Amino acid sequence: MSAVQLELEILRYDPEKDQEPHFQTYQVACQEEWMVLDAINHVKDEVDTTLSYRWSCHMAVCGSCGMMIDGQPKLACKVSVKDYANKKVRIEPLANFPIERDLVVVQDDFMEKLKRVKPYIIRKEEQPIEAGEYKQSPAELKKFKQFTLCINCLCCYAACPEYALTPEFMGPAALALAHRYNTDSRDQGLAERHKELSKPEGVWDCSFTDTCSIACPKHVDPASALQQLKIATTVQWYKELIGMGDK
Amino acid sequence: MAKVNKALFWSLFAAGGTLTAFVFPVLALITLIAAHGSPPDGIPEIMKFEQMQGLLANWFGKLAAFGTVSLALWHAAHRLRVGLHGLGLRADGLVAVVGYGIALVGTILAAYWLVQI
Repeated sequence: MSAVQLELEILRYDPEKDQEPHFQTYQVACQEEWMVLDAINHVKDEVDTTLSYRWSCHMAVCGSCGMMIDGQPKLACKVSVKDYANKKVRIEPLANFPIERDLVVVQDDFMEKLKRVKPYIIRKEEQPIEAGEYKQSPAELKKFKQFTLCINCLCCYAACPEYALTPEFMGPAALALAHRYNTDSRDQGLAERHKELSKPEGVWDCSFTDTCSIACPKHVDPASALQQLKIATTVQWYKELIGMGDK
Repeated sequence: MAKVNKALFWSLFAAGGTLTAFVFPVLALITLIAAHGSPPDGIPEIMKFEQMQGLLANWFGKLAAFGTVSLALWHAAHRLRVGLHGLGLRADGLVAVVGYGIALVGTILAAYWLVQI
């Protein structure tokens, strides 16, 4: 029942054995409805059990299977094998990250940046539980909802030319999340986040190439978040200059 | 560059970019027609050099021209800085000083010449 023949050129790297990464080729007879992830799973299950990669949900929700497919950062579970029918396809770990093993990248840098933008609701003073929930109108929710859809797959970091040039740059996903909380009507943490965002490696390294938004499989549009964040950061800077910044 | 400068320069860049996109093409056209002295056939007399100079004699006209010209310069300087960094030139400090320096000189000259009119 094989309808699609795929030649997968998968990057392999075992830090305990290999001096440097190399490619290994696998011929995979795919079923028509397979995603690229299914083809990689087939290799792992039937051909070469030593292959390492991350995946979990197979439905573009967990964000684990981000990898370079034919040079583009994509979720392997969201790309049909038919797109590469009878072609040679290069599968590499996400660009701009150190390789842990095979297709697995070291995510420590992103995790540390994520922490720095404080991606949670900050209240100056928590109201007591008896006071009830913090209410939010649909219009208030709409302001940031799109930016909550990020699944941290890191495709945007692999696509970002500025992150490639300046690894200190906070990067699209972390900044989009910072913006998501800054624009949440229940949040009061703008001034606290501003300390991190206004640093040179905060929002300013972004040169608005839009590659992050093009790569984003969840249509979060981090480039838009970043532009809005630049305006907000500039306004806060001017306000602080005249002693009227958000505290 | 110190962090304080980033927000300042970015705001000039953003304002300049927006303004440039909207008014610069028409400003270039007006300047070209005015530079021609007497407007070519089919172009109204109001576009002639003296009329346009008269517009800049007015303080509102001066302010509008100053804002457009100076912000466009700051926009260009910042875009060049970011662009050169993107192209791999690792001399950000020098590029910033030269670029912003030219924008600053242009800003001062624009103000000086406009006041002269």
